[in-house]
Amino acid sequence: MLKIADLHVYYGSIRALNGISFQVNEGELVALIGSNGAGKSTTLKTISGLLRPRQGIVLYEDADITRTAPDRIVALGISHCPEGRRIFGGLTVRENLRLGAVQRRQGADMAADMDWVLSLFPILKERLSQSGGTLSGGEQQMLAIGRALMSRPKLLLLDEPSLGLAPLVVEHIFQIIRQLKQQGKTILLVEQNVHQALDAADRVYVIETGQITLTGTPDELKHNPQVEQSYLGR
Amino acid sequence: MSTLDDRPANPAIGEVRPNKRGGVAALIQSPVAIRLGALLILAIGLSLLHLSGRVFWQGLVINLGIFMILVLSLNLASGFTGVFSLGHIGFMALGAYGSAILTLPLAKKADYLPNLPAWLASIHFDFYLGPFPLGFLLATLLAAGLVAGVALLVGLVLMRLSGHFVAVATLGFLVIVRVILFNADNFTRGSRTFSNVTPYTGLWWVWFWAILTLYVVWRLKYSAYGRAMLAQREDALAAQAVGLAIMPPRLLAFVVSAFFTAVAGSLYAHFITSFSPTVFYFDLTFRVITMLIVGGLGSVSGSVLGTVVIIALAEALRRLEDVTLLYGMSQITLAVIFIVIILFRPNGLLGRREIVLARLFRKGGEPSP
Repeated sequence: MLKIADLHVYYGSIRALNGISFQVNEGELVALIGSNGAGKSTTLKTISGLLRPRQGIVLYEDADITRTAPDRIVALGISHCPEGRRIFGGLTVRENLRLGAVQRRQGADMAADMDWVLSLFPILKERLSQSGGTLSGGEQQMLAIGRALMSRPKLLLLDEPSLGLAPLVVEHIFQIIRQLKQQGKTILLVEQNVHQALDAADRVYVIETGQITLTGTPDELKHNPQVEQSYLGR
Repeated sequence: MSTLDDRPANPAIGEVRPNKRGGVAALIQSPVAIRLGALLILAIGLSLLHLSGRVFWQGLVINLGIFMILVLSLNLASGFTGVFSLGHIGFMALGAYGSAILTLPLAKKADYLPNLPAWLASIHFDFYLGPFPLGFLLATLLAAGLVAGVALLVGLVLMRLSGHFVAVATLGFLVIVRVILFNADNFTRGSRTFSNVTPYTGLWWVWFWAILTLYVVWRLKYSAYGRAMLAQREDALAAQAVGLAIMPPRLLAFVVSAFFTAVAGSLYAHFITSFSPTVFYFDLTFRVITMLIVGGLGSVSGSVLGTVVIIALAEALRRLEDVTLLYGMSQITLAVIFIVIILFRPNGLLGRREIVLARLFRKGGEPSP
C-alpha cells in the first residue's frame, strides 16, 4: 500500500533522513521505533507532504505522491495525527472533529463518521461544545486521533500517541489502535514506548540516525540483543 | 495567544433558541426578531439624525460608519487568519481614487484630468436611476472589484508569509501604493489635491455598506471558511495535517477584506470630496489598527465596539481640548488609553469573544460574555 524508497530529507543543511526504504502492506500495523532525533517524525511528515525530500520516492497505492500537496494527500486517504496532539485549542471539540473531515464535503456521511468516532471515544461526546484546550492530555490525544479519523483514511499515520500520557491512558489509546486495526485500517505507528509498540505491531522497523538498522516481527526483535539493550532496558 | 473560553457558547447565528415562554414573548426574544429590532432602531436613529439637519453629527456618524467598515475588514484579514496586514489603507486609497475618477462627469474629467487615456476618459458613472445615483453604486463596486483583483495578486505572493514578515511586506505594499499615487499624475493629479469629487456619500449609503460588511464578516466567521481561518491561525502544521490548504482561507479573507476596504475608500472619497495621497498613510493605518486592537482581534462585535469607543473618545477629548486650550492633549490621552488597554487587556476589550445580542435580552438581563 505504501512504499518508501531511498528517502533523503534535510532541514536546511542538516540531514534528518539518510536513505530510508520500507513498506507498509494493506491491513498491517507497522511500527517505526527509535530514539529521539532518529528521524521517525520526519518520515511521517514526508509521507504526508509536510516536508519535501531531497531525494527518494513515496509510493501510495502505486502512485507517486512524493511532491503532492498535503491537502491532496489527505484526500487520497492518508491521515496524519501529528506528534504532540496539536489540536485546535480555541475551537470546540465538535469544530475540531469537523475540520478533520474538511477534505470530504458530504454532510450526511460526516454525521455518521462523527458518531463512529464518538463511539470509539465516548468521553468526547460529553465534551463536544467544550473548547479543545480545556481537555486533559489523554482526551486531547483521543481528539487528535478522532480528528485524523474523520477524513476516513485508509492509511493512518500516528506520531507518538503515548507522548506524555499516564500508563493507564496509554493502555487505553493502544486498545483503540488495535481496534482500528481490527476494523481494517492500515496504520503506521511511530513510538518511543517500545513495549507497547512491539505488543501491537505486525512488523517493526528500527530507525537510527536517519537509517533503518533493523527490521522484523515483534517476536524477533524482542529477543534481539541490540534491541533489548537499547530500547527495552534489559 | 489562545484564550480558552473565548468563543460564544452558541455560535450558530440562524439558530432559534428554545424558549420556555411561548407566544409573543418567544417571538420577541427570537434572535431574528432581535436583529430586525436592532436594525429598526438603527434606521429610526439614522432617520432622526437625517431629519434633524445637524451637519456636524451627521458627519461624525458617517465617519463612524466608514471606520467601522475599515476595522471590520481589517479584522477579517488579520484577526481571523493571524496574518497581520499593515497595508490595508493602500486598498482604501485605490478604492477612493478609483471611484472618484470613475464618477467624474465627462466635462469635468476632460478639464480636470486632461491626460487620462482615452478609454478611461470616455467612461463616466455620474448617471442616476430616478433619484438614485446608480452610477455611484456601480463605480464603487467596480473600483472595489478591481482592488479585490489587486489583493488577489498581492495575496498570492504575501499570504505565504507569516508573523512579522507579512506585516513588513504589507507595509511595503502601502509604500508602493503611495508612490504610485504620487507619480501617476495623469490619473491622480499626483501630489496635488484631488477635488471636485461628487458628494454622493450620505448616512444611508455608509450605513448600508457598514451593515453589509458586518453581516458578511459575521457569516464568514461562522462558516466552514471561518473555521479554516481560525484553525490555520492556531496551528498551521496541524491544519495541513488534517487536509486544510493554508492559502485558500487566507486569500479569501484577504480579498474579501480588500474589497470592503476599497468600498470604505470610495465612501470616504465621496464624503470628503477632496483628498491627496498623503491622507492614506501611517496615520490612518494606525488609527484603524488602534480601533481593531482595542475592540479585540478576531471579535466581530469587538470591532464595532472598538470603533465606537475610539471615535467617541476622540471627539470628547477634542472638545475638552477646545475648552481647556491644551492642544495636543487629546492625542496624548488617546495614546495613553491605548497603552493602558494593552497592559491590562492585551486581547482588547472583548478578546475573541462576541456580544450575542440575543443574550442581552434574556430574562433578567444576564450580563453578556
